[in-house]
Amino acid sequence: MVRIDGKGNGDSLIQVRNVEKLYHRGSETIRVLDGLNLDIEQGEFVAFMGPSGSGKTTLLNLLGGIDLPSSGSITVAGDEITHMSGPLLADWRARHVGFVFQLFNLIPVLTAFENIELPLLLTKLSAKERRQHVETALALVALSDRMDHYPRQLSGGQEQRVAIARAIVTDPTFLLCDEPTGDLDRASGNEIMDLLEELSSRHAKTILMVTHDPAAAARAHTVLHLDKGVLVEAGQGRPA
Amino acid sequence: MTYPKFILRNIGRKKTRMLLTMGSFAVAMFLFGVLVTINSGFYAGVNVADAKRLMVKNKASVGMMLPFGYKERIKQIPGVKDVSCWFWFSGVYKDSKYFFVKFAVDDNFFAMFPEFVMPPDQWAAYAKDRQGCVVGRKLADRFGWKIGDRIPLKSTFPGSWEFNVRAIYENSWHKDDTAGMFFHHRLVSENLAQLNRTMSYIVQVEDPTKAQAVISAIDREFANSADETLTETEQVSQARNVTMFGDLRLILICVGAVVFVTLLLVTGSTMAITVRERTDEIGVMKALGFSDQLLLVLVLCESLSLGFIGGGIGLALAKLYTLRGDPSGGMLRTFTLPPQAILYGMALAMLVGMISGIVPALGAMRLKIVDALRRV
Repeated sequence: MVRIDGKGNGDSLIQVRNVEKLYHRGSETIRVLDGLNLDIEQGEFVAFMGPSGSGKTTLLNLLGGIDLPSSGSITVAGDEITHMSGPLLADWRARHVGFVFQLFNLIPVLTAFENIELPLLLTKLSAKERRQHVETALALVALSDRMDHYPRQLSGGQEQRVAIARAIVTDPTFLLCDEPTGDLDRASGNEIMDLLEELSSRHAKTILMVTHDPAAAARAHTVLHLDKGVLVEAGQGRPA
Repeated sequence: MTYPKFILRNIGRKKTRMLLTMGSFAVAMFLFGVLVTINSGFYAGVNVADAKRLMVKNKASVGMMLPFGYKERIKQIPGVKDVSCWFWFSGVYKDSKYFFVKFAVDDNFFAMFPEFVMPPDQWAAYAKDRQGCVVGRKLADRFGWKIGDRIPLKSTFPGSWEFNVRAIYENSWHKDDTAGMFFHHRLVSENLAQLNRTMSYIVQVEDPTKAQAVISAIDREFANSADETLTETEQVSQARNVTMFGDLRLILICVGAVVFVTLLLVTGSTMAITVRERTDEIGVMKALGFSDQLLLVLVLCESLSLGFIGGGIGLALAKLYTLRGDPSGGMLRTFTLPPQAILYGMALAMLVGMISGIVPALGAMRLKIVDALRRV
């Protein structure tokens, strides 16, 4: 269930309360997010849509703990992240968030296997355990046969699947996907959306996705529209 | 994958740049190694000097000699245990390019220099042979000399100067300092009887703590004579000999400093470019949970590794170069890169690596994720 009225019962996985994000450019103050409220329960697949500059990516950054709001609070899985310090927040991100970026952002000097293994270096897993986790993630994205390939040897769609494997390999609380199909052709985009849908439906992953693509948004359970920093509408995507 | 592997992958991502940067380190550390070797060679005599030994030279000039008669007078001075003549012989073996140092010394010289060791039978053979000579192991190896070989020297001094190799010495204090040749001073005395002089005297004192009093007494003994003396401890004397070539240490330090500042700038700019090119990757790694401090350490490790590998290659090449032998043809007493200099060199290379990586590493640490990702 997703609510934008700030009247959630407090059990939601993600609770956003009166969040504001202001940017200052000289004497001008730009209000990117304006008193935003949001409650998202475990297992939801939410798409954020809206025109450029509406605050979608800013909201995603705040939810992922890579930026801080000017005011308000964000609580994820019981952790109030808006007051966490740098090292604590980094540790929190490693445990709770899986990021998927529009441009895949794989490390070019690492193979697919090594790219996926990268976040596991922050855990206490042994090399053998890390290998098992990576192989599982690779199997989930159907790229087991490409594990030794470098990003330059993969297609865009394959790169994004590796990026998704990297995002899920630590089994995070939720995935944040910023335009995951934005740099892909239609067919590859559909593959990625199939994969995200599968992660949501079969593995009950909570997924928050920013997209400009209505077709991609339609795959989500809930579509939220942002306009001038305000969530103005909550629409239904495909049924959960 | 491990962190070291990740660091090495990052270093090797631009092969040409990596080779040029490591090459800079290698050249700088090779130069460092060779300069240290030369410096050690010049100062070898200073470093192994014995506190019990004094050098007595002509006060007017090191090139002027002292009368033979001084030997007995010095012996009479309280605190003096023994005195030996010491004559730097200017002779040429085959050609001037085959330079090595040759000294005519009294037989008691070897008792005063216990670091020169040789088998007793060889010593006995040398003592018996008027034309006998003792050569260092390194010198013998250099020319392939063995016991019994005959060594002719050309000299501006009148007479025939041919020697029989009777002994080969090792140096128990500084094993590489075996590039000299010694022969009987009496040969010089006989051939140059009209000279009635020797180059200098080596004095052994009974008590090193009273060396200063002996020095004063010797110089007082010959004060206001035609040949006043300048007496110094062996260490001071050797150091003075080195300074005849100029302030070598300062020259070496200046050359080294220029090289290292240049290296610092080259590596620093390389690391800065490397980090700037990877702004998005650093942002992504931070988003994945890598802390600012860990990123700082990873970038620093990259520059440290550059210094370690490049410096290691340079020092290894310097060591190989010194193993080929003294290129100065005997001007240097030793031509060895000491192990501690290799350690210092490695530490220096890593220090340069670390300093050059500090600014880019701090940049990576301070980089905000949203700014990094915005630049993609």
